[in-house]
Amino acid sequence: MHFDWHPVITTWQMIRRNKMRSFLTSLGIIIGISSVIIIISLGAGAQSLLVNEIKSVGSDLIGVLPGASESNGPPASVFGINITTLKYADGQAIKSRVPEIVDFSGYVRGAATVSIEGRKKEASFVGVNANYLNIESTEVVSGRFFTNEEDNSASRVVVLGSEVAEALFNFSDPLDTHVKINKETFDVIGVMKSRGSGGFQNQDNEIYIPLNTGQKIMLGINYISLMRLKVASGADVDSTVEEVKKVLRDQHGITDPEKDDFSVRSQVQTLDTLKTLTDALSYFLAMVAGISLIVGGIGIMNIMLVSITESTREIGLRKAVGARRRDISIQYLIQTVVLSMVGGLLGIFFGVLISWLVSVVANYLGYAWDFVITWQSVVLAVGFTFVVGLLSGWYPAKKAAELNPIDALRYE
Amino acid sequence: MIELINLEKDYTNEELVTPVLRNINLKIAKGEFLAIMGPSGSGKSTLMHILGFLDILSSGKYIFQDKDVSSLDDDTLAIYRNQKVGFVFQSFNLLPKTSVWENVRLPLLYSGGLVDEKKVDQAIASVELTHRSKYLSNQLSGGEKQRVAIARALVNNPDIIFADEPTGNLDSRSGTQIMAILQKLNAEGHTVILVTHETNTAKHAKRIVRIKDGEIVSDEKNDEQIIAAKTELVK
Ligand SMILES: Nc1ncnc2c1ncn2[C@@H]1O[C@H](COP(=O)(O)OP(=O)(O)O)[C@@H](O)[C@H]1O
Ligand SMILES: [Mg+2]
Repeated sequence: MHFDWHPVITTWQMIRRNKMRSFLTSLGIIIGISSVIIIISLGAGAQSLLVNEIKSVGSDLIGVLPGASESNGPPASVFGINITTLKYADGQAIKSRVPEIVDFSGYVRGAATVSIEGRKKEASFVGVNANYLNIESTEVVSGRFFTNEEDNSASRVVVLGSEVAEALFNFSDPLDTHVKINKETFDVIGVMKSRGSGGFQNQDNEIYIPLNTGQKIMLGINYISLMRLKVASGADVDSTVEEVKKVLRDQHGITDPEKDDFSVRSQVQTLDTLKTLTDALSYFLAMVAGISLIVGGIGIMNIMLVSITESTREIGLRKAVGARRRDISIQYLIQTVVLSMVGGLLGIFFGVLISWLVSVVANYLGYAWDFVITWQSVVLAVGFTFVVGLLSGWYPAKKAAELNPIDALRYE
Repeated sequence: MIELINLEKDYTNEELVTPVLRNINLKIAKGEFLAIMGPSGSGKSTLMHILGFLDILSSGKYIFQDKDVSSLDDDTLAIYRNQKVGFVFQSFNLLPKTSVWENVRLPLLYSGGLVDEKKVDQAIASVELTHRSKYLSNQLSGGEKQRVAIARALVNNPDIIFADEPTGNLDSRSGTQIMAILQKLNAEGHTVILVTHETNTAKHAKRIVRIKDGEIVSDEKNDEQIIAAKTELVK
């Protein structure tokens, strides 16, 4: 037995004869496959961005926000509503009563116009406790962070984010200078290490002052807007979350968990929720794009039917010189599968190319965006186009094979 | 080589039966140059299609090379068309935008074996188109197209060459050229069966079978042609 290669020759001849039509036939598949690849890749990229962001904060953290939350939805405080129920004392109570909590910091924040000798920079100030560096696993590159004593005495000391330092001091040494934050004068005691702008907040454009200073001098409040708790390594995060909630209910005199005026979320939980959410979203979108593949398949079938009608005489001739039914049907089946799969390969090529460009641009803009192409999506695309080719070619191929040679030769 | 016994052919379209050929009895020997003549619609092409395994008969018997081929299945008919016969049609039927060489190769693609490229070149040479091998089918004149069609019919070295009104779409000069090629092929030993309604074309054959309304009305030697052949020999 030798390999029967005539359908390959014939397919090549036919595609070469109708280059434009062949391209248009594959276009639906090209677009469909590249959209699926792009959506899955961008979904994975966006997920990596969020996950990197959360991991950079530390996955051993528990966050407490004021205000109740629907079990998984965002707490009210996210929408900018000020809720005054969460206090620094709540943190102290948690730390003393829950052994798994080794450290915590309260947070307040506000808008800051930082200025020095005519230079000005719009930024956010964040009031935190002295152990902030330990909580968020970050460091200062020059100078130092403030101490507990400076926090307790509401000292006017500030640690600048790298972007703020650069904007105001232009690489000259900011240490031991005085800056104005809104109306108050502060001593610059340190500069934070650059953390890159991953995610929603640009931490390099923040400045850090003691929590008490933020509350009493800058904002005139006695509550905090966020608390981060560090869990002892090895401790069970979920049960610790429950302990934290119990202490908070005690503190706030709440007996019914339904009436919680706070929400406690661990980073692990947030990560899981985010992953599930972005996965679901990107698979949904990929499915929508997948529908375009069905449309592409119908397009191929349609054009094949037109081609076959147009080449009725040619089919008659092929039969007259000895083509059997299966020679004709295999020839058209191969042709549709080739058109579909070439479309699929081009679609993969363009999809990967565009996804890659997006990741390059995102990284250039400073986002921690991973370029992810899963081999599953490529295998799936190739397999899918093969099946689409077979399915959309089957009926036209059968019709072509059944043509009677004489009728076909007489066809005008 | 060929024997038809009481052959009948009707076309059935939705209960409507149209008899096309009736009571056809015909013997054709190897090496003959036969013309089937008759007015348009008399059944010439239908007869040729049956002889050439493109169509099947309704009743009667078709003996080909001592074998009853009256009721062959589709695939066997295809093999017979590929191996035993070659067709030349009035409207050339070349593959569009495809080279002369590839057009002539076409039957070999369905022969179930590796294509012997020499056969293609030889067939093209025998119709004197070697210089046009690489031309596309749409770059040829009508006469050249028909010569490509003859080369295609020849490429598998068939026992019989069928030509259905081969000069019908050609000017008289190209037509004469085509007939000369068919005569040459016959002289080389191929059986040629020509279908035509033109006396002028039929005169090249050695034997003329006339049909009318699906029946054979005469079957005689073409004396003119025989005389011409003899004079040719004397020269
Ligand atoms: N598929 C068909 N169905 C019905 N009638 C047909 C069919 N093909 C041919 N005929 C009829 O058969 C007769 C003979 O046709 P044909 O063999 O083509 O004649 P010729 O070649 O002598 O002009 C014509 O009357 C034609 O209309
Ligand atoms: Mg006819």
